[in-house]
This record gives sequence, C-alpha cells and structure tokens, in this order.
Amino acid sequence: MIGSPLQAEPMFHIGPVPVTTPVVTTWGLMAVLIAGSALLTRRLKLEPGTGQVLLEQYVLGIQGQIRETLRADPSPYLAFLASLFIFVLGCNWLAIIPGLEAPTAHLETDAALAGIVFLAVPFFGVRARGLKGYLAEFAQPTWVMLPLNLGGRLTRIFSLMMRLFGNMMSGVFVTGILLSLVGLLVPIPFMLLDLLTGLIQAYIFTALAMVFIGGVVAPPSPAQGSQS
Amino acid sequence: MNPTSLIAIASVIAAAFAVGLGSVGPALGEGRAVAAAMDAIARQPDSSGVISRTLFVGLAMIETMAIYALVVALVLLFANPLIRIH
Repeated sequence: MIGSPLQAEPMFHIGPVPVTTPVVTTWGLMAVLIAGSALLTRRLKLEPGTGQVLLEQYVLGIQGQIRETLRADPSPYLAFLASLFIFVLGCNWLAIIPGLEAPTAHLETDAALAGIVFLAVPFFGVRARGLKGYLAEFAQPTWVMLPLNLGGRLTRIFSLMMRLFGNMMSGVFVTGILLSLVGLLVPIPFMLLDLLTGLIQAYIFTALAMVFIGGVVAPPSPAQGSQS
Repeated sequence: MNPTSLIAIASVIAAAFAVGLGSVGPALGEGRAVAAAMDAIARQPDSSGVISRTLFVGLAMIETMAIYALVVALVLLFANPLIRIH
C-alpha cells in the first residue's frame, strides 16, 4: 500500500455499487465474530472450558472498566462497548494475516465506526435522562455556550475518526516503505509494534466512546470539565 | 518550471515540515504526561489502574494534534486540491 491512503480501489461491482476490499474484510470479520460468539455461548457450563473462561474474562474486564468509568450499572452499555472493542481490535489485527489489510487503515471504516459512536451517544443520553434532560445539557453553563458545545460534539467525533485512521494507516505505510526499501525480514519488528498500537488504539477508541457516553449519561460535576 | 511542479515541490516540503514540526509539541507534552503519571504511580501504587486509564485517554487527546499534522501532510501529498493530475 504505497498508493494514496485516502482512496480504496473497488474490488468488484454489485450493480452500480463498487465494493472495496475493506468492505469485504469487515463483513468477513463480522461473520467470524458472530459465528464465534454463537459457538462459544451455545453450551455454557458451570465448569467452563478454555473458550468460556476467555469469554467470561473479557466480559468481566469490560464490565469492570465501564463500572469504574461511568460509576453506574454496566449492563445497558456492555453489549455496545464490548462489541466495539472486539471489532476494532479484530480490524487492527487483521493485518497480520498474509494478504489481508487492516480495514481501519482506510478512512471509510473509521468514519463508519465514529458515526456509530456519534449516534450512540445521544441514544444513551436520551435513554438515561430523557429528551429534555439530554438537550438541556447543551446549554449547560449558559446559553452562550450552545454553539461551542455543538462544535465540541462534532470535532471530538472527527478526531476520534482521524486518530484511529492516522495511527493504523501510518503503521501500514511505514511497513510498506520499509519493505520497498530494505527487503523482506526487516519490517517484522515494526509489525510487532503495529500489533501493540492496534491494541492500544482499540482500547483508546472504546475508552473514549465510554467517556463520551459517561458525559451525557451522568450529570456533570462542577469540578470535572466535560471538554475533551 | 511550470506552476504545477512548483506547487508540487512546495507541497512536499510543506508536508515534511508539517509532520516534523507538528510532532515536536505533542512529543514534549506526552513526555511530561507520562513522567507525571510515573511519579503518581510511584507515590500511590494502589491507584495505578485509574492513573493508567486516565493517562491513556489523555495521551490520545495529546496525540490528536500530531495526527492532525499527519492528516494535513497526507492531504498535501495525496489529495492536494491545487494539483490536478487525474
């Protein structure tokens, strides 16, 4: 991938709609995740096997994170945030499978993920505090802050998208440049670093989504700034 | 030398400067943040979980500035509105 990172070549066409490689990989990943969860949760036992233990550890870990961040019952947010984390992590780590490319290294996937967070924040806000309580949040200190609050909502979603895209794309780019300059085995340490970056970025993406949701769900305390 | 190649040269130089200079500030800021977090963990090892979570979120915020510089460089190199090749 030395071409423009802002464009994706269409792989094939369904009627007039071009389908690019990231779309195919994300659908494949979704199928694998859904099938994996269905298989793992089909026979839940009191004395669990390896898969069930891993799954329980994952769910409990995310539950603990939500409880510490939001200081509320994690069950309404668990499904959304846990799926978000494992999907972003899967996208970031797909690059280690030969022939595949991380879908998050393309702008469209990140835009879609950030769009989901953008829609989820008002959804949880309205569900927790009612439409009026959610809208009153925008005029929080005074009415003068209304445009600033609105702009803050938009720019933080934009930076959420650009952060994931920039980090993953730069990793792919550095590996590509090194491969073309020095040869076959040299990029391997950088690919290891990419795996670490992928894990941290997936965590940051989920943690920020959690913080954004926490900002609209709980009433803001005066000591804690809601700008991020 | 026609104007298009002049713009291309300027874009490449500007992209290098954008990333080079734009990453100085975030690097200094991240260094200070990590140093402060280390200090806090050394003082209070019990609250290391909260500190590292807050540190990661804060680092992401600081890093955003460097990412914006990278995006500006990418737009200059690959999606320059002043150059029409295609």
